[in-house]
Amino acid sequence: MESNSIVMQIVQQCVNGIMLGSIYALLALGYTMVYGIIRLINFAHGDIFMVGAYVCFFAITTFHLPFFAALIVAMILSAALGVLIEKIAYKPLRNAPRIAVLISAIGVSLLLEYGGVALLTAQPRFFPPALGEVIFDIGGIIINGPQIIILAVSVVLMIALTYVIKFTTVGKAMRAVSFDAEAASLMGINPNRIISATFAIGSALAAAAGGLIGAYYNSIDPLMGVMPGIKAFVAAVLGGIGIMPGAMLGGVILGVVESFVSGFWSSTYRDVVAFAILIIILIVKPAGLLGKYRGEKV
Amino acid sequence: MKSKKLICLVAVVAMLTSLLSGCGQQSANDSNVIKIGVNMEMTGGAATYGTAAVDGLKLAVKEVNAKGGINGKKVELVIVDNKSDAAESTNAITKLITDDKVCAVFGPATTSAVLAEIQVSEDNKVPILAPLATGAIVTVDKGAVRPFAFRACFIDPFQGKVLAEFLKKDLAVKNVAMLVDNSSDYSKGIAAVITEDLAKSGVTVVANEAYLQKDQDFKATLTKIKAKNPQALVVPGYAEEAAKIVKQARELGITCPIVGADGWDSPILVEVAGAKNMNNTYFTNHYSSQDPDPAVRKFVEDFKAEYNGKEPSFAAAISYDGAYLLFDAIKRAGSADPEKITAALANTKDLQLMMGKLSMDANHNPLKSAVIIEYKDGKQSMKTKIQPN
Amino acid sequence: MNKMLKRDMFVLGICAVLFALFQLGFTFKIIGSFWQLNIILVCINIILAVSLNLINGYTGQFSLGHAGFMAIGAYVGAICTVKLALPLVVALIAGALFAGFVGLLIGLPTLRLKGDYLAIATLGFGEIIRLTVLNIPYIGGASGLTGIPRLTTFAWVFWLMILTVFIIKNLINSSAGRACIAVRENEIAAEAMGVNTTKYKVMAFTVGAVFAGIAGVLFAHYFYLVHPSSFTFMKSIDILTIVVLGGLGSMAGSIIGAIVLTFVSAVLASYAEWRMIIYAVLLIVVMIFRPQGLLGDKDLTERILNRLKGGKR
Repeated sequence: MESNSIVMQIVQQCVNGIMLGSIYALLALGYTMVYGIIRLINFAHGDIFMVGAYVCFFAITTFHLPFFAALIVAMILSAALGVLIEKIAYKPLRNAPRIAVLISAIGVSLLLEYGGVALLTAQPRFFPPALGEVIFDIGGIIINGPQIIILAVSVVLMIALTYVIKFTTVGKAMRAVSFDAEAASLMGINPNRIISATFAIGSALAAAAGGLIGAYYNSIDPLMGVMPGIKAFVAAVLGGIGIMPGAMLGGVILGVVESFVSGFWSSTYRDVVAFAILIIILIVKPAGLLGKYRGEKV
Repeated sequence: MKSKKLICLVAVVAMLTSLLSGCGQQSANDSNVIKIGVNMEMTGGAATYGTAAVDGLKLAVKEVNAKGGINGKKVELVIVDNKSDAAESTNAITKLITDDKVCAVFGPATTSAVLAEIQVSEDNKVPILAPLATGAIVTVDKGAVRPFAFRACFIDPFQGKVLAEFLKKDLAVKNVAMLVDNSSDYSKGIAAVITEDLAKSGVTVVANEAYLQKDQDFKATLTKIKAKNPQALVVPGYAEEAAKIVKQARELGITCPIVGADGWDSPILVEVAGAKNMNNTYFTNHYSSQDPDPAVRKFVEDFKAEYNGKEPSFAAAISYDGAYLLFDAIKRAGSADPEKITAALANTKDLQLMMGKLSMDANHNPLKSAVIIEYKDGKQSMKTKIQPN
Repeated sequence: MNKMLKRDMFVLGICAVLFALFQLGFTFKIIGSFWQLNIILVCINIILAVSLNLINGYTGQFSLGHAGFMAIGAYVGAICTVKLALPLVVALIAGALFAGFVGLLIGLPTLRLKGDYLAIATLGFGEIIRLTVLNIPYIGGASGLTGIPRLTTFAWVFWLMILTVFIIKNLINSSAGRACIAVRENEIAAEAMGVNTTKYKVMAFTVGAVFAGIAGVLFAHYFYLVHPSSFTFMKSIDILTIVVLGGLGSMAGSIIGAIVLTFVSAVLASYAEWRMIIYAVLLIVVMIFRPQGLLGDKDLTERILNRLKGGKR
């Protein structure tokens, strides 16, 4: 009976971890896309996630839209926000040193967070459980409906995104810009438009994650994007930044590791372990698990 | 050059602005008014309690001013936000005492913020009345009573004992699991008292887990707890996390009773957890807004009328009583001299307040009753009221 | 040599006069305690900003974990005075050494990282330090370490600040400093010219960490307690904003930035969100319109001398 219990625990923790991981994966997809194309760690990505959650929240509570319609609205508005941010805060710094655009990104992130606090108060709001409350009990292992929906959405989006990048013209243009923006422009591609499109898609993904997470945990607050943003970045780097399946892999690994740390050690060390993974990967294999290291040329 | 002028301009403007704002507060103490400083968590993690406390306080001030004030002088509040941060709490009380020259400081709401301001209050000999801070260390440090610190609520050791008794007698459990908020002194303090008390009665603690504030996902830890099969789960933390813990525990199939302490009192608890999940949960509190006592009913009605139908939480209720406690002390002191007020506070005996009679004990803690609240179908109901012994 | 010595003596003299003025103001209560608090904060912030500037500004290594070094200094210093009952001097030395040691530990493995990756790694380290401290009951864990005696006085803070500025300024103007600047400008070229980039990057981290540690000890011994929540990513950003505003690579800029932003922060204490919003806008605007900050990468004295001598570089 005892060993059964340990096995059951391990399986349940794996289940917990994969579900948690799919949330990180969803956010990591957006991060990895933007970094892959313009080499920018968009610190504000986690905060667009927060904006998406709030837009979805207001769409449901004030305008009484059904959940998926609210999600689409959140995605569209966040895409617009992402494009706007890029035009105002990142475009002027395209040719500036790396540090400058990073600092600007930090500024945007803070602006969104504390602008949110100023406008919406720091009090957490109750987000209605719009994903249903079905619970499945499979031989003692518990999985609930919302977890499956989130996992499914992440997988679908990852497949869709990989398809877009590999098989469509827009995708090809994005890959071209990521290799060499100048050469791409010589080939008739408008890098500005591609970069805007990248931000739009990335932000839409973040917003979708925000709406889903809001419905899952049932509470949102203006600073909710800080930790998930950093964790998503860890996931993206772990899997290989710039690589779509890498984001998924990194997210799941991070989720499972976190669940195991919480389940078999103590949840207070969960974040320490996440950061430790980040540093280890950066030092040992900076290109990530699925990545190839591109050496720096003079 | 242009930029050098710009720099000088910016520096000068910054200096001037702060100079002006500093000057503004330096105005002479208006002796027609009794100034009470309020050092509260208006933003940050403990903002629910801080803002509710200020609501209760303001209602009390409005009432007392309508009756002519204290000793013929109106009461004026000077409110500073400590942002739920200990270092800010120190800044806040420094400003209140030195700039605003208040005669007493009300607040903060949380134990750690209070600890950060005690030294300043002692250096300046100004009393502080912490309405809701339940940590024992607020008034008694290493066996010595802090001369200028007072509170208006029961202390965690009392609360912990009440909870332990409830577990042993009412729920009759033989083992429990503890899930403690490691980022909160308050949570750790209550957990320690409960564990010690249960150990003396032979109730085993089968799991001792921890989490941090702002955590969202407790499934992994709860899975670990579930495997140990506890007969009750003790979560002496704050409402924001407790709500998610209850919800996720129920989702994982943990059906045993879940109990908590006064940190649970917040509307967000049942909102986020869901009415069904909140069945079979209990928590200790300072008061119940459902208490049929006429004084409590009147307070609840007045509060609702003042604040658009908002139901007063325990933070508001205790602060209301705490305010009257302070007013009474100022009246008996006969002046706005902080040292006289301190002496008067320490001598409070059998003062009739909304929640009952209050006397200050030798450790600057009031002897007050506790209630156990149960959730039935999403509504709070008072299960029992326990008198202090 | 003589000219420089004379100049340094002159500057020292001015500092002594300033010190006397402020100290008299405090002792005779002409300057209120609210002001005293902020002037001490200014000095601590100057130490933090100048040490961060060494890493970010002069060596071009984007470090976002400065609060972590400050935390180490603060906690080690507090342990010395509270748990081991040692005097402040010992606490300062211990805090500085420990912080420097950790700076060394962090500097070594992160050498290979560039730009964004380095930033995130240092952010990660800063958080690891804070989260680890949160989990150690001996130093108070999540409740923080209380009961620290207020040993920090204006004298300590002022003269340590002068010492910090003096040491780092001399470091910058030495060959080690020029090596750091070379690393900032173009690391590969510097390496090709025979500059041991590894050595200087690690040196910058370590020295920066040492002074951040000193600032931490002073901070802890003024506010009676140290709490993990005082050393979050936000604190690192506060210091970064000061350095960015003043100008990455300008010491005078860091000093002026510290003065301006400490007072802005004090004035806006009641409006926490607005303070952060202003900081955020400041960061974005400065980066877009004046990335070299208020003072750019020229020092104030240089500019004054340039103007006096008619613009000769």
